[in-house]
Amino acid sequence: MSVLVWVEHDGTAVKDATLPTVTAAAKLGDVVLLVAGEGVSAAADAAAKIAGVAKVLVADEAALAHALPENVAPLVATLMADHDAFLVPATTNGKNIAPRVAALLDVMQISDILSVESADTFTRPIYAGNAIATVQSKDAKKVISVRGTAFEKAAAEGGSAPVEPVSGATDAGVSTYVGSEIATSERPELTSAKIIVSGGRALQNGENFHALIEPLADKLGAGVGASRAAVDAGYVPNDYQVGQTGKIVAPEVYIAVGISGAIQHLAGMKDSKTIIAINKDEDAPIFQVADIGLVGDLFKIVPELTSKL
Amino acid sequence: MKVLVPVKRVLDYNVKPRVKADGTGIDLANVKMSMNPFDEIAVEEAIRLKEKGVVTEIVVVSIGEPKAQDTLRTALAMGADRAILVTSDTKVEPLGVAKLLKAIADEEQPSLVILGKQAIDDDNNQTGQMLAALTGWGQGTFASKIEVEGDFVTVTREVDGGAETEKLKLPAIVTTDLRLNEPRYASLPNIMKAKSKPLATKTAADFGVDVSPRLTTLKVEEPAKRSAGVKVADVDELVGKLKALGVAK
Ligand SMILES: Cc1cc2nc3c(=O)[nH]c(=O)nc-3n(C[C@H](O)[C@H](O)[C@H](O)COP(=O)(O)OP(=O)(O)OC[C@H]3O[C@@H](n4cnc5c(N)ncnc54)[C@H](O)[C@@H]3O)c2cc1C
Ligand SMILES: Nc1ncnc2c1ncn2[C@@H]1O[C@H](COP(=O)(O)O)[C@@H](O)[C@H]1O
Repeated sequence: MSVLVWVEHDGTAVKDATLPTVTAAAKLGDVVLLVAGEGVSAAADAAAKIAGVAKVLVADEAALAHALPENVAPLVATLMADHDAFLVPATTNGKNIAPRVAALLDVMQISDILSVESADTFTRPIYAGNAIATVQSKDAKKVISVRGTAFEKAAAEGGSAPVEPVSGATDAGVSTYVGSEIATSERPELTSAKIIVSGGRALQNGENFHALIEPLADKLGAGVGASRAAVDAGYVPNDYQVGQTGKIVAPEVYIAVGISGAIQHLAGMKDSKTIIAINKDEDAPIFQVADIGLVGDLFKIVPELTSKL
Repeated sequence: MKVLVPVKRVLDYNVKPRVKADGTGIDLANVKMSMNPFDEIAVEEAIRLKEKGVVTEIVVVSIGEPKAQDTLRTALAMGADRAILVTSDTKVEPLGVAKLLKAIADEEQPSLVILGKQAIDDDNNQTGQMLAALTGWGQGTFASKIEVEGDFVTVTREVDGGAETEKLKLPAIVTTDLRLNEPRYASLPNIMKAKSKPLATKTAADFGVDVSPRLTTLKVEEPAKRSAGVKVADVDELVGKLKALGVAK
């Protein structure tokens, strides 16, 4: 079986989210990577170093810049003549592209898989992770998005796969990229951070969030996350949101500060190795999943904790 | 211009889902069902576009059991103009839903289709993108802002690193994220008025579209349970635990 994997990259480097997807793909068959974009030769070279990869296809064209799905999906659908499965990481880009490919191939996508049971059977979370479904696909070709926290990362170094150019991408002429506001931060990315400190509605405003959560995160070398309530209220940007409809994380240690523990939030972090909760309400649902809980006022606890670390 | 808004009837987001004892799915008997929250946001956005004078008609569509009627009535009470219910005896997967929506789009010729980014029952996050593939239209997924100008819609999207903006030629597909708007509640008079708004009922077979499922659910299980751990008395004890975990020196 030949498995085509869409590589998430920034033009130069391969993003970490690609690596668990490679591991999932290797469980199905020979792994072929697709690096699509404009000016992506450095990313292609990086992709070729990933361990366990048979081949890297590079599609370098203006139409493929910014991963516009209207232009990427038809190319992938064409390439799929030679492959049996198409895998993407379940990132916002992966989720944007894969279903468009699936519909072009007339197959049902299997979203967010947690495991590969066999060539056609997978497990995936439904209802915010309150249930795990085992699903079997009858489609000849599989289109799959992979939950990054569920698979080990493939080694980023050690491989030396041949790189092959592919052409044929065109601009569908229905969409153009206008711009982006991508925050740059010195902190570890949420989905790969070993430690995460997340803040909730209880922080009351952005100033408190910055003054309390960030110094604690910095002391621990941690990434910073948030509940939906904190994002909706504008304390932090949308890409901080952890949960069913935000980012799925599973760090070694997750510290939830002033977060109640709604099922939608738990869906995004309950596979963390150790969960620590700080909340003034001893009955808050977060304590039902927390390994270590501290009941009290975060405005007293967090500064004290930061100073004692 | 006309807007099509597909809305799905799902388990209310406040209800804790329970896995059926026989492992075939989630128990939906006698539990509160509601409109998928992202679809409420989609309906609200369509209404706001109508209030701005950009949109002239809002057609809502639901595919599912006859009870999905209730969801359509809710959308009509919020302010949609007309509803189409497509009933099906079997569960229709996103690919099938997208094919039915394509058939409806061919009839209705909307300029914009606004869907939710994901239905919170199966958490698929596929239907909008699939419909975009079948129509060949542009897709602005995970929208936090949309602006219609002339023959184009500009969509600001919530992406992993922050926000991204794209310009799509109309007709186009948009899927909603949480920050697009805050949906209104239907007022009592509007709930009454909605009862007399048109609601057409069709079956999947009427569209000549094959919606037979491609996936078989072999079993549905509860995830591994986490058990509550210990409570520490104070910050010093917490620092001790963090040291034991190796995350603090
Ligand atoms: C469709 C949909 C999708 C959603 N997706 C997500 C998602 O992806 N992620 C997500 O997080 N949520 C999501 N939600 C929202 C979710 O249901 C909750 O509303 C949200 O998680 C609550 O955020 P919170 O815990 O910060 O706020 P609250 O529930 O208000 O909790 C605040 C907590 O802080 C505590 N507190 C208050 N003051 C203090 C203090 N001084 N010291 C210590 N503790 C204090 C309180 O006891 C309380 O437990 C979604 C909801 C819907 C409908
Ligand atoms: N059965 C359905 N009826 C109407 N709309 C649907 C249906 N299923 C999915 N949708 C639409 O597609 C969106 C995404 O759903 P999904 O791809 O299933 O996560 C939903 O938010 C709805 O707008």
